[in-house]
Amino acid sequence: MWFYVVRRVLATLPVMGVVAMIVFLMLRLSPGDPAAIIAGDHATSKDIAQIREHLGLDRPLAEQFVRWLGQLATGDFGVSIYLERPVLGLILERVEPTLALSVTTMAFAIVLAIPLGVIAAWRAGSWVDQAIMALSVLAFSVPVFLIGYGLVIGFSLTLDLLPVQGFVSLGEDPIAFLRHLVLPTVALGLVYTALLARITRATMLETLNEDFIRTARAKGLGEPRVLILHALKAASVPIVTTIGTGIALLIGGVVVTESVFAVPGIGRLTIDAVLQRDYPVIQGVILVIAGVYVLVNLAIDLSYSRLDPRIRY
Amino acid sequence: MAATGMQAATAATAPAAARRPSRLRRVARRPLPALGAVLLALLVFSALAAPWLTSIDPFEMNVVDRLMPPDGTYWFGTDAYGRDIFTRTLYGGRVSLIIGASVAVASTVIGLVIGVVAGYFRFADAILMRIMDGLMAIPGILLAIGLMSLTRASIWVVIVAITIPEVPRVVRLVRAVVLSVREQVYIQAATAIGTRFPRLMIRHILPNTFAPLIVQATYIAASAVLVESYLSFLGVGTPPEIPSWGNIIAEGRLYVQLAFWNILFPSVFLALMVLSINVLGDGLRDMLDPRLARRI
Repeated sequence: MWFYVVRRVLATLPVMGVVAMIVFLMLRLSPGDPAAIIAGDHATSKDIAQIREHLGLDRPLAEQFVRWLGQLATGDFGVSIYLERPVLGLILERVEPTLALSVTTMAFAIVLAIPLGVIAAWRAGSWVDQAIMALSVLAFSVPVFLIGYGLVIGFSLTLDLLPVQGFVSLGEDPIAFLRHLVLPTVALGLVYTALLARITRATMLETLNEDFIRTARAKGLGEPRVLILHALKAASVPIVTTIGTGIALLIGGVVVTESVFAVPGIGRLTIDAVLQRDYPVIQGVILVIAGVYVLVNLAIDLSYSRLDPRIRY
Repeated sequence: MAATGMQAATAATAPAAARRPSRLRRVARRPLPALGAVLLALLVFSALAAPWLTSIDPFEMNVVDRLMPPDGTYWFGTDAYGRDIFTRTLYGGRVSLIIGASVAVASTVIGLVIGVVAGYFRFADAILMRIMDGLMAIPGILLAIGLMSLTRASIWVVIVAITIPEVPRVVRLVRAVVLSVREQVYIQAATAIGTRFPRLMIRHILPNTFAPLIVQATYIAASAVLVESYLSFLGVGTPPEIPSWGNIIAEGRLYVQLAFWNILFPSVFLALMVLSINVLGDGLRDMLDPRLARRI
């Protein structure tokens, strides 16, 4: 077991190394001179030369990369060109809204999707199943901003029940914090719900065909017990895996949702950075998000043996 | 209780055995994919025939008729510059179609080549798959946003930026098929009688990837249309002077309260296009092989 844990943890290193390389090469391999891109449209050639020397862009690529990795290892993600402040600090300042929205969305989706998926699989082929599946395709297809603005027009502007947009810190006012999160969570959560409901249904369909389900029914267990204690538990590994890989989809949606609801999170930071061509910030955000993604999926991987005793290392 | 078990069982394993009903009857039993195809055809037609369906120029500004609600002249109303939303929405469909189709083709072709190499040549596999793992660790939209920042925006740059994050999924799919097929007896037999690599690949291995690839390409097209609108909505996508759905919505968001039709109509067209492609993809998947390319 411990051997496996160590091996899995070490296996994340090459992935993060590749992410770092992609992020590094993105700027270097882009058409055009990175120094000129950073300097902007109105820079003189002297400005450009200065930036090039300042960032070490005149050195060999390999040397630049190793030096950059060394800086990353010490937690130095560079300095924002536009705001002239350390990138890591800028990201940490914006973590709360993004993290809060991601967590509430995941909770919302899991609570909604798993019962829907179980019911759809249990009544496979019935109108309930078909309705749940049709709604999930619909949720996959409707853009976040249509749901978002629809909710704003309905619940905020017309009924005046919830705030239109913005974010309030949990420490400042917990009630306002939650009220501001309701609409973004629903707008963003539907896609994730659809994804989880589909995978829950698909794995439950397979599990419900297994012999141990027939045995459980034969010994007279009630249907809820069969479905939840026996089938859902056995089907949990693919569902949990999808919760993990779905984070990529979720984070993409967070960026758009933050924009719809004017939430000052990491998504807003990224878009501002792109509009200002603030490359250290863009690179930092991609690295941090990819790191979170890899770590969450590592944790999920390591939880498999807990979820399913058939899995041993 | 037994009946529900049976239902689940037949639903999971149904297609294989039963005698094939006539094509018409199959369509009637599962009407959604056909409806999706018809809806998509209508949307494609409305985009291609835009100049004949409307006599208004999509760029024509009309200061007097700013933010007009939908009426007989302006079917979908007008935007803050007095431009006709109906016309702009029709033309916006062209951008989405070009981007959806280009991204689907480009990512499938690139993914196919890399996937075949990774699946067939052991030495390349380790390196290529590590690169794919790294790419997949970066959320697609975030990577696309990052790529968009590198150069001046154009439709081609948008296509490249959306294609790159889609490639790893295709690579994984192709690689998995190649890995399983190369162990089959008929490949051994083909090698034994001296079939050379190009022929082995084209005649015996690649055809196995086509069915799942077509399904995957459909889903990629749907996702690309959506991602383009997200990028444009965020202001980092298609250049703002081009009327793409995302751009129309990005401009209209300032007037949500005053003139919701600015975002409603392009959003609904967008949702319908993505929906019709997704439904078509589900239909193709069920038709070609229900076990392959199960949507994650």
